[in-house]
Amino acid sequence: MLIVIVFIITVGAFYLIHLLPGDPAVVILGTGDSPSNRQKLFKELGLNKPILEQYIVWIKNVLHGNLGTSFISQTSVWSTIKTALPIDVEIIVLSQILAFAVAIPTAMRSARKPDGWLDRILSAGSFTLLSIPSFVMIVLLVLVVAIKLGVPHTGPSSYISLSSDWIGNLESLALPSFTLAVGSYVVYYRVLRSDLIATLQEEFITMARSKGISQRRIMWRHAFRPSTVALLGTAGVNIGGLLAGGFIVQYLLSIPGLGYTLISSIGLSDYLVVQGIVLVVSVGVILINFAFDIVINIVDPRISRE
Amino acid sequence: MSSSIEVNEMVEEAGVHDRPERKKKLGLLFWICVGWITLNFLAAILANVLPLQSPIFQDYSAVNVGPSLHHLLGTDDLGRDIFSRVVYGSRVSIEVSLGAMLIGFGAGAPLGMLAAYRRGKFDAILSSVMYVFLAFPAIIATIAVLSFWTPRSLFKIIVVIGIASIPLVYRVIRSAAMTVATKDYVVAAKVQGATDRRILMKELLPNVAPIGVSFLLVGIATVVTLEGALAFLGLSVNAPTPSWGNMINESLSRLQLNPWLAVFPSLAMCLFLLCLNFIGDRLRAHFDVSEGKL
Repeated sequence: MLIVIVFIITVGAFYLIHLLPGDPAVVILGTGDSPSNRQKLFKELGLNKPILEQYIVWIKNVLHGNLGTSFISQTSVWSTIKTALPIDVEIIVLSQILAFAVAIPTAMRSARKPDGWLDRILSAGSFTLLSIPSFVMIVLLVLVVAIKLGVPHTGPSSYISLSSDWIGNLESLALPSFTLAVGSYVVYYRVLRSDLIATLQEEFITMARSKGISQRRIMWRHAFRPSTVALLGTAGVNIGGLLAGGFIVQYLLSIPGLGYTLISSIGLSDYLVVQGIVLVVSVGVILINFAFDIVINIVDPRISRE
Repeated sequence: MSSSIEVNEMVEEAGVHDRPERKKKLGLLFWICVGWITLNFLAAILANVLPLQSPIFQDYSAVNVGPSLHHLLGTDDLGRDIFSRVVYGSRVSIEVSLGAMLIGFGAGAPLGMLAAYRRGKFDAILSSVMYVFLAFPAIIATIAVLSFWTPRSLFKIIVVIGIASIPLVYRVIRSAAMTVATKDYVVAAKVQGATDRRILMKELLPNVAPIGVSFLLVGIATVVTLEGALAFLGLSVNAPTPSWGNMINESLSRLQLNPWLAVFPSLAMCLFLLCLNFIGDRLRAHFDVSEGKL
């Protein structure tokens, strides 16, 4: 299944170039169009051969880690991706730590007394946050935190790399991470809450209660693990989505991750970079989902037995 | 609680945990939201007729002014009236979301119902194809296709988002139809010799429809967000046509100067989404559809 999906993605990413109107060579080369470049590109992409052979040439290159060379920046697409990807990973890791750290305790609080006043407030709050798209959230955050409050390194174009100054790096990634964390929090809170409520009605919880086990221990030791299956599934899909969601938060602040690189490459008509990023991100998303499926099987062995 | 076995069977059949079926009231807030959405739709349709300034008229005598009686929400740095741009901007969001959902439901809903009813090979093949397309986020695919498929137009955006939404609609409708298709009344209809067409139209459709409607609302909200994100990245309709997303995009370079430019379209969009989500959520509770099915 995994292989089939990855195969379809490569076909899709390959075919993207042919969606372009006109001669792909002219479009890819852009201003770098010269007879020698043209010959090089034709050789690299096999543009004069039938489309099936073109795909075979292309996929062979891709499997050797060669995604082509951008004729606009004269650098290899793979090295561009390699410098950008760690930034995406850092933002996603930060946002997920934050989201889980808040979602798990609040969902437990809510599930303990469903429809109680705290649950109502938390549910209404999560519902409101659900309706704020990430690009609206990041704009409003920049407006308040960076412009009105003037917190350093949080405004547009103030990205600091991890190797040069880690505190500055954290500051410059704070708003995008927070934005993605809010979106994730809402989803995790809702999923975990409803699963916890269902689990708490099971007989083994009543059994544990009747044995006089404390509420805290019941929550963490008995109810939590069986309630996390849907949460993990959602997290897998969500983290994959964050690779894409990152496009938006990076774009505003000019943080040079994959998303920003992608959008600026679209602006520059640097199509080989766009193709490369689409391919890498799509395969990455699939692999993340796959990894989470494995984790779910470990957490709840009943699933693989079914 | 007279006979617990019977109750258990009912619970298992209905797929609900333990609460007896009970319709929740829709409540006042629900109707306020319905009213707000209706108002938005009316404003979008009647924008030409309403006494609004042109959304692209540039009044250089009033540039970057704050909210006032003359300009309800102020003007932008080209002297264009923000209120009228927000109203006209809702057109793009509404057009794209309705168009895309028409494609998504037009293809996804019949296929989903058919797959759930037929089962067997047809279902197995179709479902695995859809699963493949579901596996990666719609936004990557739409950004990728829209960045290559130039020049961009409203029509292309609708087509791309519409096609991307088919697998989602398919999955929701299929799982909803699946629970209906095993009900006794469907079996009874089959036994009586009803045609497949009749069972699909008279038995399945009316019972799948409530789930379909509440998912439609969530779907519209999702498409509005997606189109907003595309416009924010500069991949949606071109200027000077206003849309909520590209208004926010245009405001970015002037955030310091005139924050209203970002605030009003954001607010319009969030309220619209909040109401849609709320209506969808209430309807789901009203029809007693468990969230797991969506």
